[in-house]
Amino acid sequence: MTSNLRQLTSKPISTVFKSLAYLALICIFIFPFFWILSNSLKTFQETMVFPPKVFPEKPIFSNYVEALKRMPFFKYLINSITVNILILISQFIVIIPASYAFAMYRFRGRGLLFTLVLFGFMLPQQLTFVPIYLMFGKLKLLNSYAPLVLPFAASSFGIFLLRQYFMGIPTEIIEAGYLDGMNNRQIMIYLMMPMAKSALASVALISFITHWNDYFWPLVMTNTQRVRTLPLGVAALRVTDGTTEWNVLMAANMLLILPILFTYFFAHKQIKEALIHSGIK
Amino acid sequence: MKRKDSENIRSRPNSGSPLKIKHGLLVPYVMLLPAMAGLGAFVVYPLVFLVRNSFTDRSMLRKNPRFVGLSNYVELFHSQEFLSVLKNSLLYALLFVVFSIAIALLFAVWLNKPDRFHSFAQSAVFIPYIVSFVTISLVWLWLMDPQYGLLNSLLAVFKLKPYPWLSDVKTVIPSLVLVSVWKYVGYYMLLLIAALQNIPQSIYDAAKIDGASGRAVFLRITIPLLTPSLFFLLVVSTTEALRVFDPINIMTQGGPINSSSVFVYFIYEYAFKYFRIGYASAGGVILFLIIGILVAIYFNMLAKKVHYQ
Repeated sequence: MTSNLRQLTSKPISTVFKSLAYLALICIFIFPFFWILSNSLKTFQETMVFPPKVFPEKPIFSNYVEALKRMPFFKYLINSITVNILILISQFIVIIPASYAFAMYRFRGRGLLFTLVLFGFMLPQQLTFVPIYLMFGKLKLLNSYAPLVLPFAASSFGIFLLRQYFMGIPTEIIEAGYLDGMNNRQIMIYLMMPMAKSALASVALISFITHWNDYFWPLVMTNTQRVRTLPLGVAALRVTDGTTEWNVLMAANMLLILPILFTYFFAHKQIKEALIHSGIK
Repeated sequence: MKRKDSENIRSRPNSGSPLKIKHGLLVPYVMLLPAMAGLGAFVVYPLVFLVRNSFTDRSMLRKNPRFVGLSNYVELFHSQEFLSVLKNSLLYALLFVVFSIAIALLFAVWLNKPDRFHSFAQSAVFIPYIVSFVTISLVWLWLMDPQYGLLNSLLAVFKLKPYPWLSDVKTVIPSLVLVSVWKYVGYYMLLLIAALQNIPQSIYDAAKIDGASGRAVFLRITIPLLTPSLFFLLVVSTTEALRVFDPINIMTQGGPINSSSVFVYFIYEYAFKYFRIGYASAGGVILFLIIGILVAIYFNMLAKKVHYQ
């Protein structure tokens, strides 16, 4: 009786409280993005008022034009795209056969070699960037695409993901291939690869998100505009000694995040699944 | 020939164990060669090179490095700067690990519902994870601006004193942790939601029949069954925290007065600004040891505590 009464009286209050909690949560995570958009449409004077205005008085788009002019935007954009494509190609060349071998063959040293892959997964590149920089310096390859691409070719993440996928393919399919007179290579190319399309797409998505956003690696491996990528261009728009034009900077940020948001919009399920698989194994 | 191939690859038993191939065949080794070359060149060799450099006075400016024994390490531990880097990194890691996992757990339990509204809320929390740290650092730098920032003007609305955020030695690390947790918590939440969905409903039903309270169910069933995932998050978040660089370089440059300088920033500065490769490498080796020891401790804990279903 009393518990019924309590339920009746406490319900509206808890509903209000719950709705407020949801509202707060969504504001906290969405507002910064709204703030980027809103400031990218303000004039410089509008960004410098206190207290700040949530909406621009009259949205202007000239900041975007300014952002394109301010840094060699298209140079950076082309570098970003090139680096991402080269990383993807090199990853596919390296990880497809590797993950296939781990999943399908039993051989001496398999455990040890897989431990090496695990180790590569665990070891942050923030530890080894100085030696890698020196290596590329010795080869006179700094300020080329090589140091931005090659260290990522043997992606441990990709090997994990694909290996798991290959292991899940039923044996019957492979046996059917043998019955049709295919050899191992034909089975890999004509039977397994078409089936692995979605796993390869997952690898490509995660690779794109990681390297499109990467700031640290291109920062330490390059020092000319010739091969620098978009995140470096955006970060360089912030002036540490002087006045930063936040409206232009936020417009540049919009250009940096739009491709990612598009990708998320069209492939959010696959992105999440790939991340969960890599995490839980 | 074809016959031989099918003899080499044998069908596996029902478990997920790999197909078998006779020893002595080169095929898998050839297939692994590019990957192993890559891991050798960009994981193993650099690590060896790093350790070797840490015992020399290698510099970007001079050709022939000399062996100097442990003197880089001795210098590190006598340097006030490095000791504060050590302190900052560990404080940052501690705060990040505790808050990111606790909040991710809270969000996971709260938002783990199948309807559209909850999956929208999940997406909102998750999106910062896939956005560049450059963008996130810049927008939070602007939000935390002491003069024109939105956060302080919000505080002013509630008649609160402005908070110094990144401009005070005491508040800079917590402010940076706030930004990082904001970025990563969605990913950690996602992993925990996946783990929650793996817990069979039947266990909850049984607990209900036994009359277990909501708190008891959470502490006795949910948490123990989540420990493998929580353990994974512990390892991942610790590594993530100890390798942090982007927000430091963009938001604070280690300031004010070195109060937010962390390991990777320290290594970066000494290697690329002061050209002292040997000294910077010694810092790198210490970071490697710290990560290694922490992961070893976690694995030890795991062996004792984790409940697998």
